[in-house]
Amino acid sequence: MEFGLTDDQKMMQDSVNRTLERVSALERVRKAAEAGGHAADVLKAVAELGVTGILIPEEYGGLGLKLLDAALAAEALGRHVAPVPFVASSVMAPLAILHAGSEAQKRKWLPALASGELIAGVAVSERAGGARDKAGITAKGGKLSGKALFVLDFDGAGIYVVADARGSLHVVDAGAKGLEKTTLNTIDQTRAIGELNFHDVEAEALAHEAPAALERMIDAGRVMLAADVLGAGGRMIEKAVDYAKERKQFGRVIGSYQAVKHMCAEMIAELEPCRSLIWYAAYAFDAFPAEARRMAAHAKAHTTEVGTFVARTATEAHGGMGFTDLLGLHYWFKRIGFDRQALGGPEKVRHDAAVAQGWVGN
Amino acid sequence: MDLSYSPEYEAFRAEVRAFTKKYGDQAPRGAALGSGDMRSWQKLLIEHGYAARTIPKEYGGFGAEPDVLKSRIIAEEFLAAGLPMGMSGQGISMLVPTLLEVGSEEQKKKYIAPTLRGEIIWCQGYSEPGSGSDLASLTTRATEDGDDFIINGQKIWTSTAAQADMIFCLVRTEPDKPKHEGISYILFSMKTPGIEVRPLVTMTGRAEFNEVFFTDVRVPKSGVVAGRGLGWMVANATLKHERGMLGDPNQAGTRLKAIIELMKEETVDGGRLMDNPALRDRLLKLQARTIAMEYHGLRLLTAGIKGEDAGVARLIVKLMGCELNHQLAAFAIDALGELGMLYNGSPHLRNMGNWQSSYMFDLGLIIGGGTAQIQKNIISERGLGMPREPKPAKV
Repeated sequence: MEFGLTDDQKMMQDSVNRTLERVSALERVRKAAEAGGHAADVLKAVAELGVTGILIPEEYGGLGLKLLDAALAAEALGRHVAPVPFVASSVMAPLAILHAGSEAQKRKWLPALASGELIAGVAVSERAGGARDKAGITAKGGKLSGKALFVLDFDGAGIYVVADARGSLHVVDAGAKGLEKTTLNTIDQTRAIGELNFHDVEAEALAHEAPAALERMIDAGRVMLAADVLGAGGRMIEKAVDYAKERKQFGRVIGSYQAVKHMCAEMIAELEPCRSLIWYAAYAFDAFPAEARRMAAHAKAHTTEVGTFVARTATEAHGGMGFTDLLGLHYWFKRIGFDRQALGGPEKVRHDAAVAQGWVGN
Repeated sequence: MDLSYSPEYEAFRAEVRAFTKKYGDQAPRGAALGSGDMRSWQKLLIEHGYAARTIPKEYGGFGAEPDVLKSRIIAEEFLAAGLPMGMSGQGISMLVPTLLEVGSEEQKKKYIAPTLRGEIIWCQGYSEPGSGSDLASLTTRATEDGDDFIINGQKIWTSTAAQADMIFCLVRTEPDKPKHEGISYILFSMKTPGIEVRPLVTMTGRAEFNEVFFTDVRVPKSGVVAGRGLGWMVANATLKHERGMLGDPNQAGTRLKAIIELMKEETVDGGRLMDNPALRDRLLKLQARTIAMEYHGLRLLTAGIKGEDAGVARLIVKLMGCELNHQLAAFAIDALGELGMLYNGSPHLRNMGNWQSSYMFDLGLIIGGGTAQIQKNIISERGLGMPREPKPAKV
């Protein structure tokens, strides 16, 4: 019995963190955010570490690791508010293709996703957070119609993995005829999402009707968003503590006032158990699939609730400076705000946890 | 990461389970601390290594190598079988580990075995009316007189003082030294003349604690543990054991289970509480917290086995564990609504009024053993490296 990380896992996370410190410093993030869309140089650097192929089996050019390893990478990406695709392109889409794709389909897409040459967007929001503004996709005779909102890892995607109203999965080429793409602006300029409108668009259905595939990819995505908050929130606490140790008022560093110290203590006391919960949810995804849905939901809902508390409290600890653009703290604040709503806000996600344990019907 | 147990541990689990099946009906139900039933159960548990497991045989324990996984398996199996664990008074959980760490050979021989068997019941004399969070400011005086000390002063929050045979007590022996260096940790009999115990009734309506008054209490100097003036160091060794005890995540798990049952069984306007979306959402939030603390405990356990310093992750357990238990009780009361306010044997009372008494008593636990605010100081100072509040200049 061992509930902790291996030396390999710690080393992997360290190396992602060190690389991101170099290539995704605040100035780089700011430039990417102003330009909009993903940062190709940052993506290249994380792809060289294997992060883009972290879950893809070695025979398809990836590292063949587990969801817990992906969660550690996600934490590092959140920590550095890295402006790169990950949740959809490196986790949800590869899992969908692995679970429901034919051998030929795996060979066609997985190696390019693993290397980072190909970005995959994922359009499953209607089946995760619920349909808004009459969104929804219907499939008929190999063609898709309708609208998909909140498509993750939208910018620069070469393919999209799309769920239809029955939960079947399709892969659509980004250049397909009749596909209309619109960028959506969110508070988080380090992520790129969009809207897809389908007018009888040619799609390739994933070969195996695997009803679990859609749920599995959503669960995995939720764990990744939770891990992203863990990284972003952890960094915000460090920044708040560092600031409080330097900033002086009334002749003392503000970090010597209990009011400020207790804010910091509350943040870390709330966030640390989230780490344990995320590790378990990620581990359960592979080890105990029957537990996976409920645990992913709890990890996502609880960590994003805590993340929201950390984001505002760490900002407050910085006083007026925390509120400025100059300090850039708001990139972390907004990253957490994005993670909270994507793939379902806390109430929706908790409802899924209730359904998963039979407390209530769907 | 591997949550499976190796065959050695699975075999151990089978052994514990066989014990709970074979001897379960001999377990005392709701017996008082130190009662005959409790003592025979304790004796049986020590013989099998399910209590006093790692205490050396020469001091009356089972003498096993420390193995937290085996301890956990024992706790899990006893919980699953609904059996009480061994005795757990302050003598066993706090004094015994302290004596093992810093006691003299004579003190270990004299006190540990009878304490483990439940023949000596102890109480703890730490807090005073004027010394709570600032415990080191305590003023109960021990004045030297030949081979004895004469003790005068008052202690408060002394649980089990009325039943106790002995006390482990902090007294000021060197009043001229700085406050942390003038304290001694001393053991003496509660039957000594000059000791008065007054029950302290709390908001629950029960006297879970006492006040203890000392008037010219003459006790032998040989009761001092580790040496005169070293009491603060000894007490910190003890408090470490207490903070580990409070905020037990198993307790939260047990409460959560009971609340889930309640939500499925209780009805309002003919509908299950579980079908009320607002209540269900609150339950789900608490479920996530409970699971998080459960795996947080496992993470700390693993860190302990590997000899890793879990750092701030460990410092948050008392704060978050006590708070979670309190919130669970608060939620159960809200779920029951008007039924939730019933108390004290009232008609329609649910769960013997335990949700209300837990809700109130837990507030005591949040305050006791280092208040939530002191915990936050510890977390921010030791865990995050933030500076201490500057002390006002001495006048």
